[in-house]
Amino acid sequence: MTEKEQEKLLKELLQKHKTGKLTPSERFKIPPQDMQEQDPIARRKNVNEVALGYPETNARMEALRCLQCKNAPCVKGCPVRIRIKDFIAAIVDGEYAKALAIIKENSLLPAVCGRVCPQEVQCQQTCTVGLKFKDPTKSVSIGRLERFVADLDQDNESVPAVAAETGMKVAIVGSGPGGIVAAADARRVGHDVTIFEAFHKTGGVMVYGIPEFRLPKAIVQREIDVLEEMGVEIITNFIVGRTRTIEQLMKEGGFDAVYIGVGAGLPSFMGIEGESLVGVYSANEYLTRANLMKAYDFGKGADTPIARSRKVAVVGGGNVAMDSARTAVRLGAEKVYLLYRRTEKEMPARVEEVHHAKEEGIDFHILQSPKRIIGDENSHVIAVECLKYQLGEPDDSGRRRPVPIQGSEFRIDLDTVIIAIGNIANPLIRQTTPRLEFNKWGNIVVDEKCKTSMEGVYAGGDIVLGAATVILAMGQGRIAAAAINEYLAEKKKSLAR
Amino acid sequence: MSHKIVSKKRLSEDVFTAEIEAPLIASARKPGQFVIISINNEYSERIPLTIADADPERGIIRLIWQRVGKTTAELADLQEGDEITNISGPLGRPTHVENFGTVVCVGGGIGNAPLLPITKALKKAGNKIISILGARNKMLLILEDEFAQTSDELIITTDDGSYGRKALVTEPLREICQRSPKPNRAFVIGPAIMMKFCCQITKQFDVPTVVSLNTIMVDGTGMCGGCRVEVDGKPKFVCVDGPEFDGHKVNFDLMMKRLDAYKDQEQKAYEQHKKHRCKIGLD
Repeated sequence: MTEKEQEKLLKELLQKHKTGKLTPSERFKIPPQDMQEQDPIARRKNVNEVALGYPETNARMEALRCLQCKNAPCVKGCPVRIRIKDFIAAIVDGEYAKALAIIKENSLLPAVCGRVCPQEVQCQQTCTVGLKFKDPTKSVSIGRLERFVADLDQDNESVPAVAAETGMKVAIVGSGPGGIVAAADARRVGHDVTIFEAFHKTGGVMVYGIPEFRLPKAIVQREIDVLEEMGVEIITNFIVGRTRTIEQLMKEGGFDAVYIGVGAGLPSFMGIEGESLVGVYSANEYLTRANLMKAYDFGKGADTPIARSRKVAVVGGGNVAMDSARTAVRLGAEKVYLLYRRTEKEMPARVEEVHHAKEEGIDFHILQSPKRIIGDENSHVIAVECLKYQLGEPDDSGRRRPVPIQGSEFRIDLDTVIIAIGNIANPLIRQTTPRLEFNKWGNIVVDEKCKTSMEGVYAGGDIVLGAATVILAMGQGRIAAAAINEYLAEKKKSLAR
Repeated sequence: MSHKIVSKKRLSEDVFTAEIEAPLIASARKPGQFVIISINNEYSERIPLTIADADPERGIIRLIWQRVGKTTAELADLQEGDEITNISGPLGRPTHVENFGTVVCVGGGIGNAPLLPITKALKKAGNKIISILGARNKMLLILEDEFAQTSDELIITTDDGSYGRKALVTEPLREICQRSPKPNRAFVIGPAIMMKFCCQITKQFDVPTVVSLNTIMVDGTGMCGGCRVEVDGKPKFVCVDGPEFDGHKVNFDLMMKRLDAYKDQEQKAYEQHKKHRCKIGLD
């Protein structure tokens, strides 16, 4: 369909919609709108964003596919309960500012979540349209629509209003998605909010972890700018636990409440032979060098080096594994293998990311995993010895357990291995905050309001949940901020008495 | 928040020291800890450097570094009044200090810098301090006076005999271990190869030995794992588990290989930097 035909069709559909004559079966007939993407060959050589977003015509067409179900199953699928059908209705009406306002009632970072939320297992999984086609990929593309309205707003600075100063001080530890949301919500009611970030740049996993080609840094920076315009103070290079402890912040720094959103922390390794060889990276290190430190520009300005790999194996099946594999391609690797112990069906990565990885030529080796990593006389990686697996009985996670096949060893020659099998809790806060309660995995124990065992201290995101997503961290940041605001209101009242 | 260089001095051909404004770190830091710096925001590398000393009242920390690559060379080019954009810390677990009895402190080259505050703290805790400082030649020896002040006995060695004993530090270390009673503990900080051989000696004499490792790091808070070393056959993170470890359990051979991981790239970057520097007439 040409652009003109598309516009004509949209006009007809809108006309019908306005008079209430657009039937569900006619809505089902509207084809799911594809989003333009950078060409797979071209994008192997750049770090620019892959998915390009909807033009207005496609966005409104896609929005018209929404049936406006009374029971709105999509909303139940959303971790922060965005009024999805209402914002989609606003898009149909061309009222984009209204659509954004509806999203922002529940989500502060729509430009981020529209890009990185796993919609296919959240709102789009429960979408009636997808269920009708028995294909979740045919659901209304809620995430793309969210991104559409969020991106339109990128130029119109909209800074949330801030209430009169309360005189209460809130410390936010970590400037990732949870910290950003908690900071904004605590600042809105008039608290004096300071974010402490360990790195020299703000944004947490959104700047060191998620690559530019999936989430441009400028989008994250804009959210940080909004916080600063609201009057939130941001202190970088400040390691809570080391520069000052949480107790010091409260006793000496005068902070009345603290939100801990420090993220996951230590990368897990497999515990196999050869994991300390030169050329073996944790995904965290590989991605941090490439993203935060811009190692892709090494020798062209950037001072942080990264392996110049020819053949790379990434171990794991999550989004971080996909990000690592796709980053390796962009850094010039000729061959990138993805080794995963289970099958594609069990992969925790988003379907879209798996699809993008395949398009970019990543070679998927499912039901395979390294048994040991082999080095040369200089301790440089030269190969991995792998085992083949088959799926057995379901395990605790409900996924079928991978069982190694005895004697199935085989060798892949390569020069770089990236381990992307998750993280364990960072011990820094635990080592330096004796009064805080942790579970046996080192995660902070909190109640349903994200309150910890220490008065005035709240926590959320990966340091509580183990491994979470941007949206879950955001959700907890919001819950914690509400609890902090409530706690401080009480505290102020009792001080006034 | 930028950090102003208050004073800067050259200690030997390639070793420099500077006092830098960093009040938060100055008051929080303990012996054994380090900082990570990057000179500018966008493209600068993050490198770990030892805190050689601090003055909480003046809000300054003292760093000592050796010019070995582009970043340390850029740092050496900065002058009093210039600023370093990012300094984060203090990082790592502080040294465990107690009165062990007699402690032998062995420093090699730039390793004297991290060793000094540890030695001071050990002295303050009541230990008898025997210090052994090694350098390739007299010109490269640093912090001799400071160690003289804090040591009960000070032994200097140079590879070429231009100062002190013509020997490697392992030679006097062996002699001290042979004394009766033998030292209760050893602290060894220097090049990996030196720590390796010192640990072989102290192991023979069963003298518990602490080493402080300076591996390649990115974040310094446990997040990347680039700094990992094998200790007792298990991977440990220098930034959060260290930087100090039982020297008898560290796999120094593997550590040395990991330290060289980016050697070629770093060499090239340094060469380029030097060339550029000549062109703009700094040298």
